[in-house]
Amino acid sequence: MSEHLVTHQSYHYPDQNGHFGPFGGIFVGETLMPALEELNRQYAKLKEDPAFWAEFDYDMAHYVGRPSPLYFAERLTRKLGGAQIFLKREDLNHTGAHKVNNTIGQALLARAMGKRRIIAETGAGQHGVATATVAARMGLECHVFMGTEDIQRQSANVFRMKMLGANVVGVSSGSRTLKDAMNEALRDWATNVDSTYYIIGTVAGPHPYPMLVRDFQSIIGREVKEQALRQIGRLPDSLVACVGGGSNAIGMFYPFIDDSSVRMIGVEAGGLGLETGKHAAPLSAGKPGVLHGNRTYLMNDDDGQIIETHSVSAGLDYPGVGPEHSWLKDLKRAEYTAVTDSEALDAFRALTRTEGIIPALESSHAVAYAMKVAGKLPSDHVMVINLSGRGDKDLHTVAGIDNIKL
Amino acid sequence: MSSRIQRCFQQLQASGRKALIPYLTAGDPNLETTLGLMHALCANGADLIELGFPFSDPSSDGPVIQRAVERALAKKTTLRAVLALVRRFRETNQTTPIVLMGYLNPVEYMGYQQFAEAAVSAGVDGVLLVDMPPEESHELHGVLRKAGLETIYLVAPTSSPARMAAICAQSSGYVYYVSLKGVTGAAHIDIDSVVENLARLRQQTALPVGVGFGIRDAESAARIAAVADAVVVGSALVNHIAELEDRTDHDQAYLQAQTSLIADMRRALDAR
Repeated sequence: MSEHLVTHQSYHYPDQNGHFGPFGGIFVGETLMPALEELNRQYAKLKEDPAFWAEFDYDMAHYVGRPSPLYFAERLTRKLGGAQIFLKREDLNHTGAHKVNNTIGQALLARAMGKRRIIAETGAGQHGVATATVAARMGLECHVFMGTEDIQRQSANVFRMKMLGANVVGVSSGSRTLKDAMNEALRDWATNVDSTYYIIGTVAGPHPYPMLVRDFQSIIGREVKEQALRQIGRLPDSLVACVGGGSNAIGMFYPFIDDSSVRMIGVEAGGLGLETGKHAAPLSAGKPGVLHGNRTYLMNDDDGQIIETHSVSAGLDYPGVGPEHSWLKDLKRAEYTAVTDSEALDAFRALTRTEGIIPALESSHAVAYAMKVAGKLPSDHVMVINLSGRGDKDLHTVAGIDNIKL
Repeated sequence: MSSRIQRCFQQLQASGRKALIPYLTAGDPNLETTLGLMHALCANGADLIELGFPFSDPSSDGPVIQRAVERALAKKTTLRAVLALVRRFRETNQTTPIVLMGYLNPVEYMGYQQFAEAAVSAGVDGVLLVDMPPEESHELHGVLRKAGLETIYLVAPTSSPARMAAICAQSSGYVYYVSLKGVTGAAHIDIDSVVENLARLRQQTALPVGVGFGIRDAESAARIAAVADAVVVGSALVNHIAELEDRTDHDQAYLQAQTSLIADMRRALDAR
């Protein structure tokens, strides 16, 4: 089996039908069921094909610029006065985030399936940009669905996608954010199912998406493992990543599932505070339900309606989470917590000033957690934070909060 | 004992008629008006009503039903309130079958057992959950059937013969054939392809077959009825309902006139 497909001693998920324990599965209208079966068959075949992974590796090295460094944040470590903080620099990838690892993998799948039309949903625009990028490079038609609310807050990324030749479709239904963009992408897919490949941007959606996105993103964790052994001679003690849908977190966690000495901490968007209800933290404060094709922890009201989420970071502003995170939570293999908007903003500023690295607001949530706990940990504790994206896209948001007009 | 849905189709078959099934989103524009509309639809010749309960993320629906759902949710129309509506409808109508149609999550939240009991007690006859394929429905299916509810599933133009067989094996009451690749209310129904696929579907099941998605007028209804046992009309009707004022005192004659599309379709079906 390819080294790209991490296997574990006793953790074998998802099962044949896409279930992670009680989570995951396939919950879509019948029109899409055959398309998902076909995708599953094609991926099962391709993932055994060394030529497929060779092309993936080539693109990762020469187009994305991998491996991304595992960087020792010495000044931040000194400032926090405890654990040694390492940053996995996904922000240095082409297009500025981890998202491109997945879009390259799925675009290769789309090509193998003969699909020339690509659709995607996006929240912050990072997945949309990563999709538009690979579509441009492969000469594919690309349509990106984006909530009109997000189009407003992420206008630079909207312009980027258009420059790359994508058609950005504004979605004005529901809360006009990521979840509604995903609904619209599912509608488009049902309508154009024969010609279209849907590149889902996170480890959510119906099976096989949570599995295949995880497989493509697990390059992050595989590299961290190698780099840690080489640079510090042992595995890290803890891994920290932000969780919206959870693709950067799964990508880092998954190769470490068998390494029981390694703690894994997912950091959700606490928004204005969990107690206010204005947040996007289904694992910390939600209940299981079914949305966008899978069963997972969700933010619902008592009637099972999805409630509107809030986060300063558009990429975490989603009421669900990948089903594998729900399962890792219930298995107690990973821990999940939340930090607020203002804690994330403090971390954004702190990392910028101490290390000269401007993190994405999403990734700032992981940094904020580290800032809260690092001082209480011993100095031989090695903590790796997945710095999943860079903050250039967020300058308008942060300037707005500081009442500065750009 | 046969169910209300079975009796409905048996009687239609005996008189050589086709079933006309309108879809309404409960709570659009308010529950009181939905109740009046249900009676008006029956008076206009509806044989069975598909009653939609709203869900915040209707990813299989086109814009017309999305907006209806948003209006219903703005009125805080809960699944429990929709069940209470069915109970009120049954006070004066014990013959017209009601099929609840919607998405899984509100049912998950209420709990399968509690939902099934409440639905039967209210007078619901069948349940159609668009995002619940047979593969995932083992537990829920058992609970619904045990409670005496019919389980209606969708078959699509993309369904393989093997999938059609598996879906039909789980279905009761009727099978719902989705007429096109797309969402509710789409404009590109291809009647020739419906005819062809219905022939394939008929080989898999003896159940009545209803066809919906994209049927918008008396003419397309009549053409579909030539090959189907039932015609389902959703978006075209909901489009008319969208014009109604949000008040609770519409009189019956007015609601009947506002849903005359159903009377037109009835005449077209019966004139075949």
